[in-house]
Amino acid sequence: MLDIIDLTKKYKNITAVNGVNFTIYDGEVFGLLGPNGAGKTTTVRMISTITPKTAGDIVINGESINRNLTVLKIKIGVVPQHNNLEKEMTAWENLEVHGILYRMPKVKRRQKIEEMLEFTELTERKDHLVNTFSGGMKRKLMIARALLHEPEILLLDEPTVGLDAGARRKIWDLMKQLKSGGLTVLLTTHYIEEAEALCDRVGLINNGKMIRIDTPKNLIEDVGEFTVECFKDGKTTEEFFDTREEAIDYAADLEGIVQIRPANLEDVFLKMTNRRVES
Amino acid sequence: MIGLYGLLWQEFVVFKRKFFTVTIGALISPILYLIAFGWGLGNSLEIDGMSYMAFIIPGIIAMNTMMVSFNSTANSINISRLYYKTFEEYMVSPINMTVYTLGKIIAGALYGAYSAALIIIVVSLFTSDLVLTPYFIMIAVLNCFVFSAAGFFVGLMINSHSDMAKFSSFVITPMSFLCGTFFPIAKMPELLRGFIYLLPLTHTNLALRSAGETAVQMMLHAGVLLAYFIVLFVLEARVCKNVE
Ligand SMILES: Nc1ncnc2c1ncn2[C@@H]1O[C@H](COP(=O)(O)OP(=O)(O)OP(=O)(O)O)[C@@H](O)[C@H]1O
Ligand SMILES: [Mg+2]
Repeated sequence: MLDIIDLTKKYKNITAVNGVNFTIYDGEVFGLLGPNGAGKTTTVRMISTITPKTAGDIVINGESINRNLTVLKIKIGVVPQHNNLEKEMTAWENLEVHGILYRMPKVKRRQKIEEMLEFTELTERKDHLVNTFSGGMKRKLMIARALLHEPEILLLDEPTVGLDAGARRKIWDLMKQLKSGGLTVLLTTHYIEEAEALCDRVGLINNGKMIRIDTPKNLIEDVGEFTVECFKDGKTTEEFFDTREEAIDYAADLEGIVQIRPANLEDVFLKMTNRRVES
Repeated sequence: MIGLYGLLWQEFVVFKRKFFTVTIGALISPILYLIAFGWGLGNSLEIDGMSYMAFIIPGIIAMNTMMVSFNSTANSINISRLYYKTFEEYMVSPINMTVYTLGKIIAGALYGAYSAALIIIVVSLFTSDLVLTPYFIMIAVLNCFVFSAAGFFVGLMINSHSDMAKFSSFVITPMSFLCGTFFPIAKMPELLRGFIYLLPLTHTNLALRSAGETAVQMMLHAGVLLAYFIVLFVLEARVCKNVE
């Protein structure tokens, strides 16, 4: 279980994360959803102890984490937003170093490396330099690396950013497999479909503040299940309704390009923050 | 300590892959210095009763181990923090930050020692001016560690790669010219000499030559270098525990 308590990060003149609270239960996939600059990465970096926190606490199974608690850190796997693979080494060598750093005994390590390469479909490329990998392959290798030491909690910062639809699907499939294996996951995204497809619960974050935490379904129902979108004079406006009939009634009186569609998390976000999520 | 093994294994893999560029790169500038100052000027000069060639060889070893150790570690840390972000992988991992600091310093010092070995081999092919003693080797290695540790500090504290180059031209380059590499510091004005005597490279140069010095003086050089190393190392290990 991961408890985030009043977590705060202040830079000189910016409060990147402002008193955020949430709990992730064992086996749960929790999504942090928010626009650029919301504070998602900062939150994940504080949990992974890369960024020192200004205030608050991060508690894993009852124990506060910090950078120098090496034993507790073995329980976490991290996939950062930006590629941090060793570029002048092969995929296999990257995994080997990681395994050594995480104190895996040799036989177990070698076996697990093969398994993770298989899992991420990189076996054929294992002896190629990371420099020669595509974006999707690097991403998959980073996931393989984060999972190598069998962490209890996986932190993923925008796992599918910059990937094409096919590669994104593949990563989603990996994630779903992991989820069925009982792994606890915190992922950040600004792709709303991603949160909808993968997360048990979603935390909406904006300007460093947690606005709301709920299941994707509840969040959508709260807003209204149907969205009427109207494009007029170069601007799009949205209204939300509980039933299709209400939505149709409302749409009948509108001018401009009108569309009725099921509400999604993006609508939730829009309504709560009064701004569009750029994706 | 398994973390130390992981770190050094990784450095070794990369070293093997860059073997030829590292080797050629480490040889070019010392050979140029030897040609210019040794053969070029050397025949017509004598310093402290020895040929200029015999005088300059220890100086070039001191300067070169300084530069190679400093640059390897400073660049490695700086690039890994600012560009490749691999520094983060280590901060996330359960490696102790003191062990990380030590591992990186050792790796940089090994680059320095490797370049020193190359120079010694090259020099031995052409002259018999260089006499290796255990003291000589110890000082050369200590010099590698001091400047690798200095490089670690600079790589850790400086947040842009262009500022790294500035640091080199304001600190490292002046040291290589002023600390007795090319001429004895006795030729310096009194005022400057006191200051120069505080710099680590001065002691390396004096120790590597150690002509006519007492045992106490020789120990003093080693002590100064060791003190520099320990202060830097302790400071860095502490910074690493909290750095962003
Ligand atoms: N090292 C830093 N120094 C100063 N400000 C920072 C630093 N890192 C992040 N910030 C600021 O903190 C805020 C939150 O940034 P963060 O990277 O956490 O956002 P994010 O939600 O991950 O956004 P994105 O979707 O673009 O990745 C931003 O305003 C950013 O400018
Ligand atoms: Mg981010």
